[in-house]
Amino acid sequence: MIFLKLILTNLRRHRIRSFISVAGIAFSVAAMLTVVTILQGAIGMFSGILSSDSEIIVFERNVSDLFFSNVPATAVEEIAGWPMVSHADPVLFGIVSSADHPIITCFGVTAADARIRKATWIAGDRFTFSQHTDDVVLGERAAEFLSARLGDHVPIGHGVFHVIGILKTANGFEDGGVFMPLSSAQSFFHKEGTSSVITIKLRDKDDATSFKSTVRAKFANLIALEDAEFTRSYSQFRILKATAWAVGGCGLLMGGLGVANTMIMSVFTRIREIAILRVNGFSHLQIAAMIFGESAVVSLLGAGVGLTTGTCLLFALKLIPALHGYVDVTIQPVVILIVILLALLTGIAGALYPAVYAMRVRAVEALRFE
Amino acid sequence: MNIFTKTVSGSARIVLRAVDVWKSYDDGAIEVLKGVNFEAIEGQTVALCGPSGCGKSTLLHLFGGLDAPDRGHVSVNGIEVNRHRNLLQLLRHEVGFVFQLHNLIPDLTLAENCLIPTVAAGIDQRVAQARLQQLSDRTGLAHRLGQRIQKLSGGERQRTALCRALMNKPKILLADEPTGSLDEHTSGAVFELLLDIVATEGVTLVMATHDRGLAARCDQLLEMHDGRIHEPVHA
Repeated sequence: MIFLKLILTNLRRHRIRSFISVAGIAFSVAAMLTVVTILQGAIGMFSGILSSDSEIIVFERNVSDLFFSNVPATAVEEIAGWPMVSHADPVLFGIVSSADHPIITCFGVTAADARIRKATWIAGDRFTFSQHTDDVVLGERAAEFLSARLGDHVPIGHGVFHVIGILKTANGFEDGGVFMPLSSAQSFFHKEGTSSVITIKLRDKDDATSFKSTVRAKFANLIALEDAEFTRSYSQFRILKATAWAVGGCGLLMGGLGVANTMIMSVFTRIREIAILRVNGFSHLQIAAMIFGESAVVSLLGAGVGLTTGTCLLFALKLIPALHGYVDVTIQPVVILIVILLALLTGIAGALYPAVYAMRVRAVEALRFE
Repeated sequence: MNIFTKTVSGSARIVLRAVDVWKSYDDGAIEVLKGVNFEAIEGQTVALCGPSGCGKSTLLHLFGGLDAPDRGHVSVNGIEVNRHRNLLQLLRHEVGFVFQLHNLIPDLTLAENCLIPTVAAGIDQRVAQARLQQLSDRTGLAHRLGQRIQKLSGGERQRTALCRALMNKPKILLADEPTGSLDEHTSGAVFELLLDIVATEGVTLVMATHDRGLAARCDQLLEMHDGRIHEPVHA
């Protein structure tokens, strides 16, 4: 109890300094949580697009980005005919732009595609999809920022399209996207006869391994991955995840420097106190434990405040209409655990030098001169 | 058995010994101790008198293992000080320090300050609390245990420092000008208490002081001058 009080004493003694250190860690933790959660949400959303009513995705082998993947229509036809396949939906991804919106995701799909079949149609009739080459269906948010209503003609990229429907989906990418008939998208993006991916639903999920090996045997340039496999291995996702953790890590490093500064000041201002403890039998390890304990308290407090702030921030972001569907506030427990551990490690790392310095304090000199 | 407990032949047990101890600072530029020899027996009270800078405090620091001699040997209960493994044991169980400035931690209460040595030594807190009660009764501080240090008078602070020094029942009490910061009246009262407690507890007291009146009441008064101890004035 007294040991704990010795740890807390210095934090209470220099309240403003302690507050700044806790705030530093808290901001870092909040930033890390927000960035990681948003990016993981984005990855989840993109994965969600691919796994709409499907469990396997087929795409061109060794492409760094699905936008560059080319799957020939002949492959779609052949795979759709395999007995183990319930349905095979080709999807062509593209980026289009309008006057005020440089990036709008475009999905070239067939009328039978799950994204069209299973979506909630706010306006229009899904059975009219794909009847004319200049028809498009807009996501609800895309319709909003394009100020488009059913029946309007909207300029998208180098063309003008007729809005025949508006969809509402829970997925931000889809909600802010444009759905074109596959053939129109192929023409628009100069990718005639190809799609970016084929999403596959099997009659029996247990056939997944067999399906993948069949694709490998028949199409040397294609690869089939189950959704979970794809999410794990897709290089773009890995880059995004690494970037998120790196950005968060940099924030935490800054917080750690704040803790280090606080702890150094803490040790410098209590050298006499450390000397008194030494004279009264405190070992080097007990002195170090006191310093590490102090930094751990700062880190854990910062982590707690940061997690709370970050969570509130995510909820606030979710409420912003422009970000509807883009922010997934599902915070994974493993992310919370990693963030707390990183904050704790940062605090401990920040206290390393101060602890070593405190251990080296010579009681006789501290008591004589200070 | 305590590692420092070692019986010396004869009726008097030497608990503290310094043999030809030399100590200097600034790479030898300032010679503080010049071949000091010293012995104190169990339960004895020894006063070190002498002008400022003659080496009294330095000698006490060497006895308590806070500093190491350049040459010579210092031993407590027959075990040489400044062997690292022994130092912690020495500070926790064998030696208690009282300084001129009380050196208490201001944010802690009187009781918490006194309990610090027991925390360091890992002593059961029920045992520690009982010892604290005993010492605070003896020193008249029982009613002030929950007070913060800032609210204590000078005499109370020094009595608190005395309690703290004796918490782990050390065999030797090293007191560096223990009444130096107190007025005459309080100084006399604190010193009375000090002598009373060390006598009751059987503790050996080595005290550095300028106050010859107080020093004269010790069993032995040693004069220090220019880094050396001269013949005892009385024993």
